[in-house]
Amino acid sequence: MDLRTGLANMLCNGVIMDVANVEQAEIAEEAGAVAVMALERVPADIRKQGGVARMSDPQMIEEIQRAVSIPVMAKVRIGHLAEAQILEAIGIDFIDESEVLTPADPFRHVNKKNFKTPFVCGACNLGEAMRRINEGAALIRTKGEAGTGNIIEATRHMRIITEELQELKGMTGARLEDKAKEFRVPVELVTLVAKEGKLPVPNFAAGGVATPADAAFVRQLGAESVFVGSGIFKSENPLPFAKAIVAATANFDQPEKLLEVSRGLGEAMRGLEISEIPEHEQYAGRGY
Amino acid sequence: MTRIGVLSLQGCSGPHEKHLEKLGIDALRVRFPSELAEVDAIILPGGESSTMIKLLRINGLFDELARFVRERPTWGICAGSILLAQEVVNPTQPSFGATRIRAVRNAYGSQLYSKKSTVSIPQGKKMSSPYSFEVDFIRAPRFELLSDEVEVLATGEEGEPIMVRDRNTLCTSFHTELGEDSGLHEYFLREFVESVSS
Repeated sequence: MDLRTGLANMLCNGVIMDVANVEQAEIAEEAGAVAVMALERVPADIRKQGGVARMSDPQMIEEIQRAVSIPVMAKVRIGHLAEAQILEAIGIDFIDESEVLTPADPFRHVNKKNFKTPFVCGACNLGEAMRRINEGAALIRTKGEAGTGNIIEATRHMRIITEELQELKGMTGARLEDKAKEFRVPVELVTLVAKEGKLPVPNFAAGGVATPADAAFVRQLGAESVFVGSGIFKSENPLPFAKAIVAATANFDQPEKLLEVSRGLGEAMRGLEISEIPEHEQYAGRGY
Repeated sequence: MTRIGVLSLQGCSGPHEKHLEKLGIDALRVRFPSELAEVDAIILPGGESSTMIKLLRINGLFDELARFVRERPTWGICAGSILLAQEVVNPTQPSFGATRIRAVRNAYGSQLYSKKSTVSIPQGKKMSSPYSFEVDFIRAPRFELLSDEVEVLATGEEGEPIMVRDRNTLCTSFHTELGEDSGLHEYFLREFVESVSS
């Protein structure tokens, strides 16, 4: 197995938390995060403030690397290979080519095979997941609507990918070739996924996770880990919320344990109804 | 029938189940004390050791697992070996003290310094011939020996220990579970699990 996918495997059954400064990174580590995502503004703030969202200041990312012992991830704009080169030069552990930032290339994603650093990319469906894997992504995540605290889109993507995998499993010969054309990937990759019945890299949930119950829910739908963006530091009590989401991710199928960790946490992030977001401001449609 | 537990709170536990099943062994996921009571030996997988410690406490498993790994056949891989160490630095964190090593976390650097390598180990009491296999180092810890009695089974490029045995415990700073070769799982079964139970 590829070393980049190897690290993705080590992150399984864990929580990756968005952090905007050293103090938040330390809280995330104390709560038991398996990794932190360093970015200047969490998605909820990017949404509110508007403007072009870019890679964070490398100095801010380096400060977070020095502050914690767990892996540090950071985001680049879709297709922005120079931002990715800068993050690799920092020695970042994982790069998220993310639709939450403003896309930089109208035609292509980064050719991730040219990097030693592993990449995670979002996908709404199986074809998108396979295109990203074919470009070298070591890890796939859903493209749930970031910064909304609303789980419905992540759920949609998990369900669609699961169903499409199921459908692909029974296919052979010419039908696999048709699928390869539809997905715009080599038939070898489609054949491999059809044979295994699963993607060759882990699949995590991201976008809209706001409570321990949300984390347990997406885990039960098949997500191997959970990214939490605005859900922690936009809640009333970030540390208890973060700890509870970590406990719920590991004990996702234990209702008694979920009850215990969900009690008395205070208010979750406020959240947004998806239909209130104009279509051009929805992130999931970004990417090719 | 020997039953081997795989600590399944966080990390890369699934592939170990597959290797054990391939060898005809019952693999049991361990997250709670009641599940630990069902197994004869345990594998502590790779992942994030700092996360695992917190989850061990949340699930009331820390003290029972600490007792178990001091007596029963145990294999710690990467993060799992950090849990087993007598001492952990960079930064310091609690551990079981079952293997007399000091584990230096992330001593080789970030993911950029992760690498593949080939490791050879001498023949064991029950394994009839020396054995070579492919391994992955992923944000690996470095081991420093704290006792002359700790047996070094393999060393890295700078002569540093990367696979050690101390009494009932086996520690590897590398991974083999990501590949198809179940050889090291067989080694653990023959040299640790069967030796103790027979």
